[in-house]
Amino acid sequence: MFKKILIANRGEIACRVIKTAREMGIKTVAIYSDADANALHVKMADEAVNIGPPPAAQSYIVIDKVMDAIRQTGAEAVHPGYGFLSENKLFAEALEAEGVVFVGPPKGAIEKMGDKITSKKIALDAGVSCVPGYLGEVADADEAVKISGEIGYPVMIKASAGGGGKGMRVAWNDGEAREGFASSKNEAAASFGDDRIFIEKFITQPRHIEIQVLCDGHGNGIYLGERECSIQRRNQKVIEEAPSPFLDEATRKKMGEEAVALAQAVGYTSAGTVEFIVDGERNFFFLEMNTRLQVEHPVTEMITNVDLVEQMIRIANGEKLTMTQADVKLNGWAMESRLYAEDPYRNFLPSIGRLTRYRPPAEVNEKARQVRNDTGVFEGGEISMYYDPMIAKLCTWGPDRASAIEHMRNALDGFELEGIGHNLPFLSAVMDHERFISGNITTAFIEEEYPDGFQGVSLNNASLQHVAAATAAMFRVAEIRRTRVSGRMDNHERRVGRDWVVSLDGGQFDLTIDADHEGSNIIFANGDEMRVTSDWTPGGQLARLVVDGVALVLKVGKIPGGFRIRTRGADMKVHVRSPRQAELATFMLEKIPADTSKFLLCPMPGLIVKINVEEGQEVEEGQALCTVEAMKMENILRAEKKLVVAKINASAGDNLAVDEIIMEFE
Amino acid sequence: MNEILLELESRRKAARLGGGQARIDTQHSKGKLTARERIDLLLDEGSFEEFDMFVAHRCTDFGMEKDRPAGDGVVTGWGTINGRMVYVFSQDFTVFGGSLSETHAQKICKIMDMAMQNGAPVIGINDSGGARIQEGVASLGGYAEVFQRNIMASGVVPQISVIMGPCAGGAVYSPAITDFIFMVKDSSYMFVTGPDVVKTVTNEVVTAEELGGASTHTKKSSVADAAFENDVETLSEVRRLVDFLPLNNRSKVPVRPFFDDPKRADLSLDTLIPDNPNTPYDMHELIKKLADEGDFYELQAEYAKNILTGFIRLEGSTVGVVANQPMVLAGCLDIDSSRKAARFVRFCDAFEIPILTLVDVPGFLPGTTQEYGGVIKHGAKLLFAYGEATVPKVTVITRKAYGGAYDVMASKHLRGDFNYAWPSAEIAVMGAKGATEILYRRELGDPEKIAERTADYERRFANPFVAAERGFIDEVITPHSTRVRVCRAFASLRGKSLKNPWKKHDNIPL
Repeated sequence: MFKKILIANRGEIACRVIKTAREMGIKTVAIYSDADANALHVKMADEAVNIGPPPAAQSYIVIDKVMDAIRQTGAEAVHPGYGFLSENKLFAEALEAEGVVFVGPPKGAIEKMGDKITSKKIALDAGVSCVPGYLGEVADADEAVKISGEIGYPVMIKASAGGGGKGMRVAWNDGEAREGFASSKNEAAASFGDDRIFIEKFITQPRHIEIQVLCDGHGNGIYLGERECSIQRRNQKVIEEAPSPFLDEATRKKMGEEAVALAQAVGYTSAGTVEFIVDGERNFFFLEMNTRLQVEHPVTEMITNVDLVEQMIRIANGEKLTMTQADVKLNGWAMESRLYAEDPYRNFLPSIGRLTRYRPPAEVNEKARQVRNDTGVFEGGEISMYYDPMIAKLCTWGPDRASAIEHMRNALDGFELEGIGHNLPFLSAVMDHERFISGNITTAFIEEEYPDGFQGVSLNNASLQHVAAATAAMFRVAEIRRTRVSGRMDNHERRVGRDWVVSLDGGQFDLTIDADHEGSNIIFANGDEMRVTSDWTPGGQLARLVVDGVALVLKVGKIPGGFRIRTRGADMKVHVRSPRQAELATFMLEKIPADTSKFLLCPMPGLIVKINVEEGQEVEEGQALCTVEAMKMENILRAEKKLVVAKINASAGDNLAVDEIIMEFE
Repeated sequence: MNEILLELESRRKAARLGGGQARIDTQHSKGKLTARERIDLLLDEGSFEEFDMFVAHRCTDFGMEKDRPAGDGVVTGWGTINGRMVYVFSQDFTVFGGSLSETHAQKICKIMDMAMQNGAPVIGINDSGGARIQEGVASLGGYAEVFQRNIMASGVVPQISVIMGPCAGGAVYSPAITDFIFMVKDSSYMFVTGPDVVKTVTNEVVTAEELGGASTHTKKSSVADAAFENDVETLSEVRRLVDFLPLNNRSKVPVRPFFDDPKRADLSLDTLIPDNPNTPYDMHELIKKLADEGDFYELQAEYAKNILTGFIRLEGSTVGVVANQPMVLAGCLDIDSSRKAARFVRFCDAFEIPILTLVDVPGFLPGTTQEYGGVIKHGAKLLFAYGEATVPKVTVITRKAYGGAYDVMASKHLRGDFNYAWPSAEIAVMGAKGATEILYRRELGDPEKIAERTADYERRFANPFVAAERGFIDEVITPHSTRVRVCRAFASLRGKSLKNPWKKHDNIPL
């Protein structure tokens, strides 16, 4: 076995690989850019080598620098993780030239699977089902129309070198085919410098389902079931699960066997993933093969109990697979939620900055519940602008899909994350979405269910009642603590009352608290009774309670006269008042938030570098209004429509907070 | 006997109605509560004991003798906030617009005298159209009687003013003297002369809100310490402030049970200071991570944001915090921040509240605006306040402590009890760049040489050790251990006894 391996990556995946390597008794070398000097993967590794400035193009993907680090540390093998150099054949060649083992497939396999047209040809030859289409390069628009007609509409016109949704067009008729060809070609030329175009059948009700394969260098190949990755936002996977709620045993077997056949057709070794698109009738079509470890590999590990990184290292070391296809048993259900530093309330705008609070839920490994969190960050760490905005991969496992989802809900509720915008509320919302729960999902799920973006979650009345019971019990405890202050008048202490009115999310609950030493009985005015128990103490930012026999996890913040409560994707102000306070509160006027369309608000805390306009000036749509510098990035704020600047409230050099008014319009 | 009881009941009923249901309804329609409703929210339920419910004015001019409502436009008395005694007056806008008469003033004076005698805070709820014009000079005299008591009470019992409606003309000077002023957004304003007078005298057109609303006084004038959304929220936050305050200048700071381990280490503080010394960070994070349960009651949060002031608790016991804020103007001291912090430090010292100072200060803000504005004397206020303070003083230098500002910020030389520094501290006369440019002026033409000199200066002075070698820093501590170190420091100072020489009073550069 290798004595030392280098991990040519950063973030959670570097940490993930280091964990397994350490368990195998292998020493680890991390590489890091200047921005990652304090990163978790650097702390975890036995050795670490700086490989240059923050941008990946000047550090993590510079082959020479990685090679230098290998020479310097004497690493015998390299695990590339995903992204960066993981599917770079030049890197594999460079390693080979120096006799360093690449923990991944042979370079030939990388190359063959790297090109969409080549890979599809190989797949067809290997008997793998492919999307009906024309594999050759399409010469011109006329040919595009002809081919489209032969395949049958709708068709997808795609750039050969494409990815990330660029250079892709759907056409439903000849006219659209003609147009789509031209625009795909232009986009492909501009984006990839390669304008080769091909056409295939457009799949309706598509699901993204992929097969995990493992092949050794001795001709053995197995598949470890599938992963369903249909929950995507703009081709970025957000939630994955294994197995898929859609496949039956026969389809799974067929897909698995075809995937292994394809891998073996290109002499594949190591772990790899064959991606399929599956239509509403369970017809599956080969999409592409990823010749590396996938981000979402943990869900496979959780249902198969196979450590994929360990297998990759063993295969790279020339070992034989110790398990056969018959040994692969899919056990239970696993879910993965990707936590991104993206603000769902601001159209998933990337958010960077300091993680002032980062407390993932505890990892557990029980008979009916597992929680696993793969991460590369820590409290007090920084989410940098230079890399992927993924913070962590939170995975849960249960004996079935419903329990895996339930564990995920609770794990998400218990995940404390502050300092940056993040998609936790969105993930929680999906976990509670009826269509997601039903398993009836397609790759268009997010687009269809959140067409206007994510507006937050409103809890149903039953959940609100639980939150009301919980917060009333908590508030009472906090109020009692306040009465225990020194300096009070003996014998004339304040007695905290039993009757409370809880208002939240527009609703109101009148209730009475009957407390004992173990918990509180909440009696609602409508007669409902609930028992609340918790070990929450005043000031606690996370409350774990049992309300009416149901576990409830709340993130708790302070607001005047109540709490800010975050749970299940909802973010609410909860006021807990005595009946008299509640009565008087009814006289308070609802303050209508100012019409912000007449203002230019500062979108982030930052420094005003320049104001480009003057008071009274008429500006056109898209015209630059001012420049805000935040995190050393200059952001130009532009007019959303034609406007007249009425008043400018800030000047160059001012430091502004989020939502401070920079200028007003007429 | 029965008849008398009936009369008492009917008189009470009339008094409770103030200016009558119609006026109460008008008050409510503006989102404002009545004087008595406000007291209900301010005090513990059922704890209010009223004084002078039946006091009526003695004015006979302008037909006033025909309208003598019980209470005369102000409700006074005492009660408790979480079981601790406070005195309160609450002006009743439904009675003559809450205007202040001679008797109205007498009622206020009575409870202020009681508060002084019995050592309890005074909370005044202001909602008044001003002087009662019908009474003329008697009303003005009433104001001055109140002012005199505010002055005498200053530093003896905490005084809090809550502005919940108009507060104009002479009326503003009572709140001005008190320790804290809170306002309600959109429904309160304070000014010496109102928009009409402003228009007549200066031709300036301005709304009441622009001239003296909550936003003006929290952001521009610094007259108010905080503003809240509505009456309910404001009074709930006043209660929260009172929880932090001692009852008088002879009592100890309040202590309450706490649920936060004083030994709690916070590893994330080790990465609070950015690698680049010119990159800001948010000092709020440090304050909240040091405080019990992350609870920070910030005062003047919207004004002079380059310094933070407010209360936290350590081991359940109140501590005043003053901290430079690197996020704004790099945390430098200037006229506004010096004044803001100086007043806060003096409040803490007057009421025996220990002071925690967190330092990251690059110096005083340079420029003509500052010098013309008298930064010399304003800056000296903070220096003076720290120097005269005899309460426990613990200081932590997190990063920069440059020049005179180092001296000012509760340095060892100003009788700091514990002066800690983080390893990232740079205690020096000025930043390395500035220093080398002066020291090596002749080499300025040679950027390479200057860079070398700068690096040299950084190595030599940009650290806490030069100061530590002299004993100006008691110890260099790790950021993650700051909470436990600061808690232990204050714990050790519980018996501190320090007296300034006898004097009639000092002569702080006002």
